[in-house]
Amino acid sequence: MPEVTAHTVKSFDEDIAQLRAVISRMGGLCETQIADAVDALISRNIDAARVVIEADKRLDQLEAEAEVLAVRIIALRAPLASDLREIVAALKIAGVLERIGDYAKNIAKRTIVVAQSQPVGPAVIIPEMARIVVEIIRDTMDAFVDRDAVKAVGLLSRDQQVDEFYNSLFRSLLTFMMENPHYITPSTHLLFVAKNLERIGDHATSVAEMVHFSVTGQRPAERPKNDFASTVYSPE
Amino acid sequence: MNTNPAPNAAIGHNHVPKMTARNVNVFYGQKQAIKDVSIDVSPEHVTAFIGPSGCGKSTFLRCLNRMNDTVDGARVEGRIELDGQDIYAPVMDVVQLRARVGMVFQKPNPFPKSIYENVAYGPRIHGLARAKADMDNIVESALRRAGLWDEVKDRLGESGTAMSGGQQQRLCIARAIAVDPEVILMDEPCSALDPIATARIEELIDELRGRYAIVIVTHNMQQAARVSQRTAFFHLGTLVEYDETPAIFTNPQQTRTKDYITGRYG
Repeated sequence: MPEVTAHTVKSFDEDIAQLRAVISRMGGLCETQIADAVDALISRNIDAARVVIEADKRLDQLEAEAEVLAVRIIALRAPLASDLREIVAALKIAGVLERIGDYAKNIAKRTIVVAQSQPVGPAVIIPEMARIVVEIIRDTMDAFVDRDAVKAVGLLSRDQQVDEFYNSLFRSLLTFMMENPHYITPSTHLLFVAKNLERIGDHATSVAEMVHFSVTGQRPAERPKNDFASTVYSPE
Repeated sequence: MNTNPAPNAAIGHNHVPKMTARNVNVFYGQKQAIKDVSIDVSPEHVTAFIGPSGCGKSTFLRCLNRMNDTVDGARVEGRIELDGQDIYAPVMDVVQLRARVGMVFQKPNPFPKSIYENVAYGPRIHGLARAKADMDNIVESALRRAGLWDEVKDRLGESGTAMSGGQQQRLCIARAIAVDPEVILMDEPCSALDPIATARIEELIDELRGRYAIVIVTHNMQQAARVSQRTAFFHLGTLVEYDETPAIFTNPQQTRTKDYITGRYG
């Protein structure tokens, strides 16, 4: 972990700490939103889904707060080097976390439809997929808080697991729909839910890249991709 | 980050340096002000020297045209070359050297003479103009390049000391340019100026870039970031890091550089 010597002007440190706290809160909220959205989906709880949809507003507010703070720091402190990289990273991470929140909200919206249809078998692997995604976000936020580039790099390949889950779910949902055409509506929604989780995994990974750049000033090497569903023509 | 630096003296390999310094040490009496500094000055870039007070950046700048010769008890060791010529060689004519390596100081210091005479003084003592018309051309061209002509063309006979601070500083730059130097050294040229006058000097530095090798000492890091392409960070008499300016300000390699530019110094 790199040294963090205090600034001569102490209020500069306070500004940065405040911005970091907002980002951390956003990360924590994203974890909760994803977990709650998937719980609501699996337990077919429409009320719980509505709570998730409502709670997304908080993420939007925090993103706006992060933007105001970052712009103020840039204007008033003229940050340089690692400070500048960190503030730019925080600004970008806030945008990504807000987007992750939107995906969680979208899962909750689909829950309202899915809960009113017949249960779809292949959905049982979604909670496990969500668990991995939440874990990636948590570890990424830890890397951000600790300014830990090594940890950030270690996260770059974790997303492959999510991709594999998605590929597998894509195939099984396709097969399921072919065999049960009257399940096409809930199955399609679940496909989007899986896709949302896959996208969240990608976004969380890009946050890990931002953390790496913020800490070291270097972009990490190209990360592995394992999402082949877009090339699948039929489930065979 | 490295903690025991051996900073690059040169950056890139695209051109022959205008000036080179190798293993330069400067002493004021017993006190060593510069320790083993080696650095190349590019002909086509603005090079900024930054660092805290007393780090040696001005002292080192003054070695480049032997201004330290005038300081009692100052002693310079090592080798400094201008186009491959040793500027401390006994055959070097110091007056000629200072015409080739001009200097602009922190406080504008026009002579208590007319604007015209301030600019004409250098070319006259160096015998650069034969007729009055030649001198008029030199004065006009220097004032134009210093971005001052339109403001003063109708009052060339007025005293240089009656101008505003920013104008006086541009007059001093015109005076340095008038003898057609190859290198211009600037020692905190904007520290006595307001932001508007500072911006005009910075714009001027940008216009002069390429025509002259420019070395600027500044306390204002934002200024170094704005006007220079190369930045050298000095600390306690040593050159800590020398690199492309964007690299110094976004991703310095040395902890001491980072701490200084991010406001964590001392």
